[in-house]
Amino acid sequence: MKASQSISKPAAITTPNDTEIRIERTFDAPRDLVFRAYTDAKLLPQWMGPRKYKMKIEQMDIRPGGRWRFLHIDTDGTEYGFHGEFREIVRPERIVQTWNFEGMPGESIQTALFQENHGRTTVTSIVKFERKEHRDGMLASGMESGLNEGYDRLDELLRTMH
Amino acid sequence: MNDDRLSATFQAVADPTRRNILARLAQGEATVQELADPLPISQPAVSKHLKVLEKAGLIERRSEAQRRWCRLQARPLREVALWATTFQQYWDESFERLDALLEEEKARGHDDKAP
Repeated sequence: MKASQSISKPAAITTPNDTEIRIERTFDAPRDLVFRAYTDAKLLPQWMGPRKYKMKIEQMDIRPGGRWRFLHIDTDGTEYGFHGEFREIVRPERIVQTWNFEGMPGESIQTALFQENHGRTTVTSIVKFERKEHRDGMLASGMESGLNEGYDRLDELLRTMH
Repeated sequence: MNDDRLSATFQAVADPTRRNILARLAQGEATVQELADPLPISQPAVSKHLKVLEKAGLIERRSEAQRRWCRLQARPLREVALWATTFQQYWDESFERLDALLEEEKARGHDDKAP
């Protein structure tokens, strides 16, 4: 019951079919608040992405047809851009939006569903890619544990190239 | 990067021998022979790996004085750097931060109601 008892658990990441990734995680907070954390341009940069990247929202027009764009900025100043369009906004239940990782092929469509149960909220995100290769490209960044070591090596390698 | 190129880049760095080769080339240009020497595989096998790396745009090859040289092309690697943070790590770290933010926001909502 106490916050001190909550142990962060990993997100359940699964592949229900060839082109989708499903991410599920439960938060100890009511749905209105979780939904706000996903849609408020002041709150989103406070949690989205690894701590080492600064997140900067360039555009966030939350309505069907509205555009969004944000940057992850690495410690060395490298910027990674993401953008897309909101397709559906149903407060506080559902967000459907397109996703593009700038410079990478393949747009995906992400559907985030917010369900509340006894004051806790489960967020289920389904990320659908156009092609299996794009989905696998995203997952190749570590879903298979065997690759993790390799990516540590790649990190080291990248450090030597600065 | 086009689609094939991206797939090729991921495929290229997924293999330990090829990462080994890339790590060596990060130290500087090397001949095919120099790359093959420390590896427990034949030179034709090394050449095959080099072909994969070249196709992915990760290395550049040139011939000079009958020796074949390889050099690292860092750019595609830089482009996959963000992806090197694993998908699971990306979301787990994000969600941990969200847990903390939600606790703060809950506490704030509580305070707002206090006199």
